[in-house]
Amino acid sequence: MTHLTEEELILHYYSEADGGPVERHLDACPECRAAYGSLERVLNVMDALPVPERGEGYETAVWRRLRGAGLRPALWRRPLVRWPAAALVLASALVGVVLIHRPAPPPLQSAGVQKRILDFAVGDYLDRSQIVLAELANASPAGTLDISVDQELAGDLLAECRLYHQTALRTGDNAVAGVLDELERVLVEISHAPSRLAPAQVEELQQRLRSQGVLFRIRNLGSTVRTQAEHKS
Amino acid sequence: MELADQAVIDRARSGDSDAFRVLVERHSRALFRLSFRMTGNESDAEDVVQETFLRAYRQLGKFDGRANFGTWLYRIAANCALDLVRARSRRGEKVWEPGAAAGGIREGASDPLLTSAAKDPGPERLAISSQVRERVAEAMDELSPAERTAFVLRHFEGMCIEDVSRALGCQTGAAKHSVFRAVQKLRRALEPLVNTK
Ligand SMILES: [Zn+2]
Repeated sequence: MTHLTEEELILHYYSEADGGPVERHLDACPECRAAYGSLERVLNVMDALPVPERGEGYETAVWRRLRGAGLRPALWRRPLVRWPAAALVLASALVGVVLIHRPAPPPLQSAGVQKRILDFAVGDYLDRSQIVLAELANASPAGTLDISVDQELAGDLLAECRLYHQTALRTGDNAVAGVLDELERVLVEISHAPSRLAPAQVEELQQRLRSQGVLFRIRNLGSTVRTQAEHKS
Repeated sequence: MELADQAVIDRARSGDSDAFRVLVERHSRALFRLSFRMTGNESDAEDVVQETFLRAYRQLGKFDGRANFGTWLYRIAANCALDLVRARSRRGEKVWEPGAAAGGIREGASDPLLTSAAKDPGPERLAISSQVRERVAEAMDELSPAERTAFVLRHFEGMCIEDVSRALGCQTGAAKHSVFRAVQKLRRALEPLVNTK
């Protein structure tokens, strides 16, 4: 009789072929049975291929790295995000006026429209800040916490924060200016912290976020500003 | 589980900021195991995990829900790993790091005895020493990138050869050939080891 080929034996091991004829041959043929046994032992031992274990919190670490690599929470991609581009131009123009002491160029939009653009942008900005702060406030790491990703985000947020802060001062929006001033200080603190925090340092940072009520005020202001912007439209 | 995935994917597509995170957290461990087996190297495996999720995120709109999400993700990972291992082997680098074996105990292998995961355990239970683990890893390192990827998907992920060919974007015959070549090489490397036990 014709013996089984190696390929037939492999397909049989993985149950990829009609097993009946192969089984019958193996029952009848000691030579093929020996070959199959040897193949089986090799493939069985493959399961010993070591895979290093990932520690607790691995999933969170992967998520943080992804965000560091440019994956932003979907909120950042919402249509609202088009507001900052317009608002940043507008805010820069307003702040620029203050800085160089020249009369303002004639505005392209009415003051009402300008205010609305800024309100939307500030609302969106506060949302994004809140995501970063909330993540830090709620982190419960088993060991040290790597905040390098949060620091990068805080750095981005800081530049915007200063611009909106100055704009709010310029337009006399004291409530907004006050919260942005506080937010700015927290963001500076985060940016300047070591990138790996020991549990005690994490606790300290979280304590500060809670005691200053920054998160609460940001959330509140965010919804106030947004409501205002919507009512003006 | 997969139904739940589908619901989460729908949310991720509609702009829910936490939905994609749920998918990442749900699949990252399994993806790491797959990536490590395909690359044989911890830092490469981490790169594959990251690149896979980034590609998946960008292509989420193309996921049609016909395959389950895990399979779709594995397909992306297989291609990332293949790109990476190919680039490495072009540079003539070895993939396997001996150090990885030290902490590298297979999950669920607290029992030092190994039974077959693939089929009937058979009469043999084989004590797995760290030397055996290292030999197995070295044998894997002798495979070409295509052989290694095809073998990992067939053997460890239990994909049928047709799915392997779909994952790697090649003909069924080519995938089958890669699996055969891989097993032949592994037999040559490991038969002396297992048959003396
Ligand atoms: Zn025979």
